[in-house]
Amino acid sequence: MQFGLSESQQILKDTARKFFAGESPVAAVRKAMETETAYDAALWAKLAEQGFTGIITPEEFGGMGLGKVELILLMEEAGYALLPGPFFSTVALAGAVIDACASAEQKKKYLARIAGGQARSTVALVEAAGSWDPGSLKISTADNKLTGTKLFVTDAAVADFIIVVARDGIFAVDAKAAGLHIEPMKGMDLARKIYSVEFKNTPAEKLANTSGLASALDVATAALCAEMVGGMQRALELTVAYAKTRKQFGKPIGIFQAVQHLCADMYLETESSRSATYYAAWALEENTADATAAISVAKMYSSDASRTVGNRGIQVHGGMGFTWENDLHLYYRRAKASETMLGDATFHRERIARLVVDGAAAGDKKSQNAERAAALVK
Amino acid sequence: MDLNLSPEEIKFRDELRTWLAANAPKDWDERREESMESRFEYLKRWQRKLYEGGWAGISWPKEYGGRGASLMEQVVFWQEMALASAPPLANVLGLGIIGPTIIAFGTEAQKKRYLAKILSAEEIWCQGFSEPDAGSDLANVRCEAKLEGDHYIVNGQKVWNSYGWAADWCELVVRTDPDVPKHKGMTVLLVDMKSPGVEVRPLRQMTGETEFNELFFHDLRVPVANVVGKVNEGWGVAMGTLMHERGTFGAGLQITYRRNMERLIDLARSTQRNGRPIAEDPVMRQKLAQCYAEIEIMRCNQMRAFSRISATGVPGPEGSIQKIFWSELNQRFQQIAQELLGPYGQLEAGDPHAVDNGMWAYGYLRTRGNTIEAGTSEIQRNIIGHFVLGLPKSY
Ligand SMILES: Cc1cc2nc3c(=O)[nH]c(=O)nc-3n(C[C@H](O)[C@H](O)[C@H](O)COP(=O)(O)OP(=O)(O)OC[C@H]3O[C@@H](n4cnc5c(N)ncnc54)[C@H](O)[C@@H]3O)c2cc1C
Repeated sequence: MQFGLSESQQILKDTARKFFAGESPVAAVRKAMETETAYDAALWAKLAEQGFTGIITPEEFGGMGLGKVELILLMEEAGYALLPGPFFSTVALAGAVIDACASAEQKKKYLARIAGGQARSTVALVEAAGSWDPGSLKISTADNKLTGTKLFVTDAAVADFIIVVARDGIFAVDAKAAGLHIEPMKGMDLARKIYSVEFKNTPAEKLANTSGLASALDVATAALCAEMVGGMQRALELTVAYAKTRKQFGKPIGIFQAVQHLCADMYLETESSRSATYYAAWALEENTADATAAISVAKMYSSDASRTVGNRGIQVHGGMGFTWENDLHLYYRRAKASETMLGDATFHRERIARLVVDGAAAGDKKSQNAERAAALVK
Repeated sequence: MDLNLSPEEIKFRDELRTWLAANAPKDWDERREESMESRFEYLKRWQRKLYEGGWAGISWPKEYGGRGASLMEQVVFWQEMALASAPPLANVLGLGIIGPTIIAFGTEAQKKRYLAKILSAEEIWCQGFSEPDAGSDLANVRCEAKLEGDHYIVNGQKVWNSYGWAADWCELVVRTDPDVPKHKGMTVLLVDMKSPGVEVRPLRQMTGETEFNELFFHDLRVPVANVVGKVNEGWGVAMGTLMHERGTFGAGLQITYRRNMERLIDLARSTQRNGRPIAEDPVMRQKLAQCYAEIEIMRCNQMRAFSRISATGVPGPEGSIQKIFWSELNQRFQQIAQELLGPYGQLEAGDPHAVDNGMWAYGYLRTRGNTIEAGTSEIQRNIIGHFVLGLPKSY
């Protein structure tokens, strides 16, 4: 048992850190976020060249075939760099859903293009109700045609095909399909744009029913948590650096305990989010009995932590922290968008309650213990 | 990263699990009404049994009575203990912080003399660090030790010493040189609590119990052979103890936390509020889920920390987050238990209406101490600021 990165995992993480620092420094992020889609084709080509677009895609479909832990390490570094554009939507969201749900034929058609960097994609799930619970969905197909509107769809404008979760299954819709209308929504995260996606009798190809969806969304959630961890790490580092250099009363502000303790709490929350996220990714990879609970634990905690880390970071920066010029708000904006994406803390606490209050733990200690024991055996 | 157990770890776990199933007492929860002393005797007997089964001191060297296994097996040990709902161990300070200090800094003779008896709970240990004027500022200790031949003569006072009433031995921090800067004139002594010149006074705490004590020393004679590490270099030794106290001590707490969590969920299901079980109340569901999640995160943080320590050999200053996490989590947990129990939460042991014989009232009050003992939350945050994040020292 070893809860630390292996050598190859550490190399992957270091490589990704270097790559993003070189190819997507914050100046480039700012440039991208001023564009309509935050998508940069040249950057995408380089991401593909590195193999990052196929990180978890099985080798038979042209990917690297790596595991969930590797995926989250890459996503953590993407989050640290505030990577703009559709990487998360394509690889961690659409990629995971196709991988979990589609047929081999369809994977060749869709997943292989994602892995090879030829296509971008996203998942359209949430409707007017604003819920990530697939049970809340209203839209379904008739004669393999979709009608209705999906909201909060990340990166839809640059997707070559959109994976749509409907009541009666999971579908792929070509970006050029008839009756498809994509309209930007003015979301807070400037580096990952969101859209409303309207379908009017739009032809859709069925990939599967929704039974495999939950586990695919768990993968995406782990990736999102990791991205949040990376963002927290960056906010922490920016803040500590500022506390060491900014002087008031003739001293660096970092000497004042009120400031130190804000930084210490940022550290605690960042590290705890990281522990929870790494554990969740490992649990998913190994398919342990507590994997679903572990995902919710990670998302619940990271959702709250990424907001409070941002709060504290801005506070330590004083007036400078409130300016557009300072980078913190870029992370803060993404943190808020990510907080609700794939379910906020309240959503995930309810999921945990179903598992541990209604389920095994309650009154039936043995079965929860058995579950945990099974988790440990794995 | 691989949390799968290795074949050896699996063998270890299976053996331990089998042993616990056959040997872990099931009646600990029923002993809430007994006196502190009789409960302690019970835990001592339990620890003795573990020791005789070869399950105490998992990662301690074999030649001193331990099992010679890895730190990660120690983690498996705590997890299995929690799974089996086994009672905690008696000699917590000996096992968690003083034994590891003797292993790191002690002489061969000291290791032979003390370690096995810590594991068997034959000798209970307490920690004599704090004084009335040396709490957070530990380097301010005044309790003095003067060399006379081959003995130190100790005079002075310690305070807030947990298990002082039960202890056979004490890890005592004393001042051996008052003329040098504070950190440079301290020494750590191993003190026989039964020797003449040791006075243990009960100190009642806000819970009403006297779990901690004041210690007074009047011309106490301590053999020179009982110095741990070098004379006047006690600061480093004491820091070694504190690093364990912050970084690794919390690992055993998951036993208690999981047990409390399970009990609280049972109560939520069996207690009616507004015509339905509390477990169906959406607000309380949120709070219970939050507790569950935090206990899980504590466990993950600790597993990660132990992996780091097995790579580096010693716990570092980042261990302070473990201390903050377990103490503040426990306070939040007990508050949620109070909300769940409503007016019953305040009832103390002995009241016929009290839930679980007042365990929740006690727990609520006791957790106030959690953010003070083992270094206050403020001191832990200072440590993170100064030594992990590299911010300028505030004092
Ligand atoms: C239940 C319990 C069990 C204990 N068991 C033991 C034991 O077994 N052995 C032992 O030796 N001691 C023990 N202690 C003592 C404990 O270690 C001290 O109480 C603790 O270190 C704080 O010291 P103090 O009480 O003198 O508080 P002080 O140091 O006076 O602190 C008072 C307040 O000031 C704050 N403060 C102090 N200095 C700073 C600073 N530099 N920066 C910011 N804030 C600061 C503190 O955080 C605290 O809020 C125990 C205490 C408790 C409550």
